[in-house]
Amino acid sequence: MKRQGPLALCFLFGIALIFTQFSPHSVSQKLYEEVIDWGLIITPFALVLAVVTLIETHITRVRRRTEHWQYSLVVFVGMAVMVLIGIPFGPQNSIVEWLYNNVQVPMDATMFSLLAFFIASAAYRAFRARTFEATLLLVTAMIVMIGNVPVGDLAWNTVLSWIPLEDGASKARQWILDIPNLASRRGIILGVSLGVISQSIRIILGIERSYLGGGD
Amino acid sequence: MLEKLMNMDRRLIFILVAVVVIIPTLIPIRLPTRVSEPAQKLYDYIEELPPGETIMLAFDYGPSSLAEPEPMAKAVLRHCFNKGVNVIGVTLYANMPTLAHGLMQKIAAENDAIYGEDYIFLGYRPGALQVILGMGNNIASVFETDYSGTAIHEIPMMKNIKNYDQIALLLDLAAGSSTEAWIVYANTRYGLKIAAGVTGVIIAQMYPFLQTGQLVGLMPGYLGATEYEKLLNAPGDGTVGLNTASFVHVLLIGLVLLGNIAFFIHRRREE
Amino acid sequence: MEIFGIWIASLLTLCIYSFLYRDNPFYRFAEHLFVGISVGYSIVITIHQGFIPLAWNPLSEAMVALGTQIRGEATPETSEALSGLFKIFPIGIGLLFFARLSPRQAWLIRYPIAILIGFNSGIAIPNVLRAAIFEQTHGTLTPFAQMHAGSMSLDDIIGAVFIGIGLICTLIYFFFSVEHQGPVGWLSKIGIAFLMVGFGAAFGNTVMGRVALLIHRTGFLINDWLGTIF
Repeated sequence: MKRQGPLALCFLFGIALIFTQFSPHSVSQKLYEEVIDWGLIITPFALVLAVVTLIETHITRVRRRTEHWQYSLVVFVGMAVMVLIGIPFGPQNSIVEWLYNNVQVPMDATMFSLLAFFIASAAYRAFRARTFEATLLLVTAMIVMIGNVPVGDLAWNTVLSWIPLEDGASKARQWILDIPNLASRRGIILGVSLGVISQSIRIILGIERSYLGGGD
Repeated sequence: MLEKLMNMDRRLIFILVAVVVIIPTLIPIRLPTRVSEPAQKLYDYIEELPPGETIMLAFDYGPSSLAEPEPMAKAVLRHCFNKGVNVIGVTLYANMPTLAHGLMQKIAAENDAIYGEDYIFLGYRPGALQVILGMGNNIASVFETDYSGTAIHEIPMMKNIKNYDQIALLLDLAAGSSTEAWIVYANTRYGLKIAAGVTGVIIAQMYPFLQTGQLVGLMPGYLGATEYEKLLNAPGDGTVGLNTASFVHVLLIGLVLLGNIAFFIHRRREE
Repeated sequence: MEIFGIWIASLLTLCIYSFLYRDNPFYRFAEHLFVGISVGYSIVITIHQGFIPLAWNPLSEAMVALGTQIRGEATPETSEALSGLFKIFPIGIGLLFFARLSPRQAWLIRYPIAILIGFNSGIAIPNVLRAAIFEQTHGTLTPFAQMHAGSMSLDDIIGAVFIGIGLICTLIYFFFSVEHQGPVGWLSKIGIAFLMVGFGAAFGNTVMGRVALLIHRTGFLINDWLGTIF
């Protein structure tokens, strides 16, 4: 029951969705809509997993007094303030919106903007033309980088004005994206999609069971 | 000297990057830009829509990546409001509703658009696939109410809209894999036309879908926002940002070249 | 309040940027506050935009309708609302996620997970097959048909041939059932070259994306924050 029940349900829902997509019969369509409805209702509950895991991690840090454990209390305070105001009054409450706009959004945006600095440092230190393949990657990246910004065409039209091709930087970028990039991406899409389909069949048939986790 | 150059303190590079961003932000410049075909196609598609048609705008990005999609959203909303094309806003990202709602309200106020008649914001529902598929059958089965809690059937703009059959285009402003999900499930299964405005990270993977016509048009990152602003003849955040980015890109190319020159000299000496 | 908000946002922004020098208490404070606030917001949104409209409202409306029905005051609306009672089944399955709280009963979360995995797998098979395999293959071959009809420019013909060669070579590179030697080895090397160009293009665009994030934050600090001072 601990494994067979979930496997049977997975099979039933998978098969139901495959067949109802091919049958226009009203009963089939009703079943299709009902299955989607079930999916919609079950999904929000999955939040429990994420929240419980996060709380457990930080409680463990506080209990064991690991390094910087005090900051876990900041996590709890932040979460508690948002939840205690947001759940009774809703996300359109002015305090929730204020916290979101002035605390969450700026910090989230800033956190990821650090990557601009790290990408610059990494490009300087590690982006080397050691082999033919690395050179190809490097040259393409530079053409795309310069073609992405207006200064690329400005430089091309000024410095290389003797070449009978206007806006060469952005045109070269566009050609790279339209042709060789497209070919390689399509190869990846075909490979990944075949993988998705075969894995989905294995899951529905109960051959792939890793999502059930360990234990009996 | 060479050793010093190769082992330059990364904080020096950080300072260089900061300086190259701060100066053009203080003293903005405008360089000429050209419009690429994918952005032109999207603009033309919306331009040709008759007033009263409805498009769906999916805010599928989060605060962490708002720099690029936000100028795109502003430009497209302005275009739609000025043309009388109605907009349904929605998001598949849990950390986005407040930002998307605020943005729609702001641009609507600037363009005298009225909530419920010219635009609405549905909000968020968990489960991206289920939401995309559910709206294909009946939007009200997923969003019985809008973000503010008004019943969908009470909103004038939604009177004649049941599902994707009445939507002329879905424009996905994306920072992740949502565009593929819209293509695979909304376009393939329900025939909804899809266009995208994506962050730099995922631009390259959009091109196969553009060539097959599964994407009507594409706004690639800051560049796409700038191109759309140029087509509207209304320079905005995208144009300002892309011009500033010019300097950073030149610096990065310079750093890569410098790093490689130092590397090759070092390697020759070692040989 | 607006200016106060800008100041708070700016100070927190600077706390995070302080990490560029090195890890420090200001950064750690901001980082943990961000985690707490954003998880709290996600909980609020999931409850108000997920659980309440999708599960709670239909069920409570159905309960009210049931009461009306029992009192013999049924209307067509109450009969329709009664169908909400069936939502008790998916809600019950969803509630099994709470079994995670009990180590002995944690296996029960396999039920909702199995349903969602089965759902995603079932919906993926036909749609991915059409959207990604058939459409992409069609997109590669269609230009050759147009070529045959003589309706393509020289540029487009070269492009289509290049895409065809690139796709075949990339697929050969990913095909590990045959040893990559001789002609197969050469074709797979061409495949690698195409992949490198693809990755280079992705890197070039990623740089634009990351730089955009920095420009956005710098714009905020200079225009919005310093704007409140000068």
